[in-house]
Amino acid sequence: MARAVTTQRKAFNTLLAWGIGLGIFFPILWTILTSFKTEGQAIADPPLFLMFDWTLENYAVVQERSDYMKFLTNSVVIAGGSTLLGILIAIPAAWSMAFVPSKRTKDILLWMLSTKMLPAVGVLYPIYLLFIELGILDTRTGLVVVLMLINLPIIVWMLYTYFREIPSEILEAARMDGASLKSEILYVLTPMAIPGIASTILLNFILAWNEAFWTLNLTAAKAAPLTAFIASYSSPEGLFYAKLSAASTMAIAPILILGWFSQKQLVRGLTFGAVK
Amino acid sequence: MGRIVLNQVAKSFGDTQVIPPLDLAIEDGEFTVFVGPSGCGKSTLLRLIAGLEDITSGHIDIDGVDATNLKPADRKLAMVFQSYALYPHMTVRKNIAFPLKMAGLSAEETNRRVQAAADVLSLTDYLDRRPGQLSGGQRQRVAIGRAIVREPSAFLFDEPLSNLDAALRVGMRLEISELHKRLATTMIYVTHDQVEAMTMADKIVVLQKGLIEQVGSPLELYRSPRNRFVAGFIGSPKMNFIEGAEAAKHNAHCIGVRPEHLEASATEGQWKGVVGVSEHLGSDTFLHVHETGLAPSLTVRASGEFDLAYGDTIYLNPRADSIHRFDAEGVSLGTEQPA
Repeated sequence: MARAVTTQRKAFNTLLAWGIGLGIFFPILWTILTSFKTEGQAIADPPLFLMFDWTLENYAVVQERSDYMKFLTNSVVIAGGSTLLGILIAIPAAWSMAFVPSKRTKDILLWMLSTKMLPAVGVLYPIYLLFIELGILDTRTGLVVVLMLINLPIIVWMLYTYFREIPSEILEAARMDGASLKSEILYVLTPMAIPGIASTILLNFILAWNEAFWTLNLTAAKAAPLTAFIASYSSPEGLFYAKLSAASTMAIAPILILGWFSQKQLVRGLTFGAVK
Repeated sequence: MGRIVLNQVAKSFGDTQVIPPLDLAIEDGEFTVFVGPSGCGKSTLLRLIAGLEDITSGHIDIDGVDATNLKPADRKLAMVFQSYALYPHMTVRKNIAFPLKMAGLSAEETNRRVQAAADVLSLTDYLDRRPGQLSGGQRQRVAIGRAIVREPSAFLFDEPLSNLDAALRVGMRLEISELHKRLATTMIYVTHDQVEAMTMADKIVVLQKGLIEQVGSPLELYRSPRNRFVAGFIGSPKMNFIEGAEAAKHNAHCIGVRPEHLEASATEGQWKGVVGVSEHLGSDTFLHVHETGLAPSLTVRASGEFDLAYGDTIYLNPRADSIHRFDAEGVSLGTEQPA
């Protein structure tokens, strides 16, 4: 028998869900609103919600003071590059773990994930020195590599989960049909795992886009992405809330729009295999 | 050509030996069925021949060439899987053409072969659909189509009908048999269903725990089972086994009589019992007879109109030339009458 859900309960649940949703979204909304205020209005007490003189001045100042496009380009290159490189490495890795597992596969997966539990700052010093040694400090290449490495465990894990859902008989059929390992991965496995691969790409692009620790510590001027762009507005001379908000809005806008359009894919990807 | 010879082929998974060394020859053009209960190693044996599993020792020859270390694709075999294993993202046309694409055939030749296969399997109207839009029977036909276009030297079928409903299964069984007659290509077919084995095979290989219990034509196996396992496995309903004093009369540890070799009578006969459940199939009635003092239950095939009811007394007469005798190890002693 289906559980009866009363209208009252439905209304309550809807309100609760909206409440939680708005609560989570509120800081972002506030940032966007503040970016349209003057510096004075931004720190007004009591705070102004919608009744203020809307201005685009902050955006003009921010664009004038720093080259937004440069930071944006760096963000796109670093997030895109690290995700793409990660996927290229993770697909064969996840394939072997899902379809030709060894006794140690489970251990390796857990060990890979355990590296995510390490505080990043713990390895900052050695990585910083390595970057100096290799001459890749403040370069996009360096950041692509380091972000790929820190996200690789998640990419492999996600792909492994998707691949496990693919019946191995289909891959065996491909092998019987004369497919080489390359053709098997290219023509059979990858097209079948496209929804999974797409959500993995999306999630990792977002993770890499938002990554601040490594991008702030390993860049100066040349390779700095949007995270560094925001950070540059919390200066020692004092906080300019409205300008900081304008910079933040400009930094998060691309990923927010991307997330909005791909939310269906993301949710499907993240819950894939959880409910069968 | 499609002669397959297994020489001392064995398979172990870790320390567990699933197939002890065995020898088997499958002749060109033969329809061979591997049959046995689940877990008997029949699918593993098929996968060893296909090259999807590596053999632990021994060697496999296909058409006189040592294929032991050849990749699956290089063995010139085609396989049809239980789950059909179609590529869900490709249309029927692309599914069937896939092996040809892998072989690097020209588009023209590929089209010709795909069309020919589709004609044979009545798939012409479905070529542009995806597997998800097809019924179970149609999917199975696509899987067979994908196997046919390769023009392999042998087909391997791994329980291809077990996902289909009963009516469709009978139809597909017939189609596969007809395909075999038309192509005259070697086919190896794995099933746990002895009816499929009996109806389709030229040669049946009965397996138990990785061991070959007997190899022979369906009727050979039915008439002269080598041991109790084969006697019980081949034939439906199962052979009745009787031990003790009655068996001793025939100089055996155990005797076996098939349900169809027992004559039922309401008035007189050698063995007396009480009718339990009767299963009416129209043409036949299967009676389960209890309280015979011989075995907990004996199954008898009677004519469809046989009218004894639950609890009635019944008399049974075994056909004298159809009493199978077995020794204490279950090995057959033949059907001779005691001296």
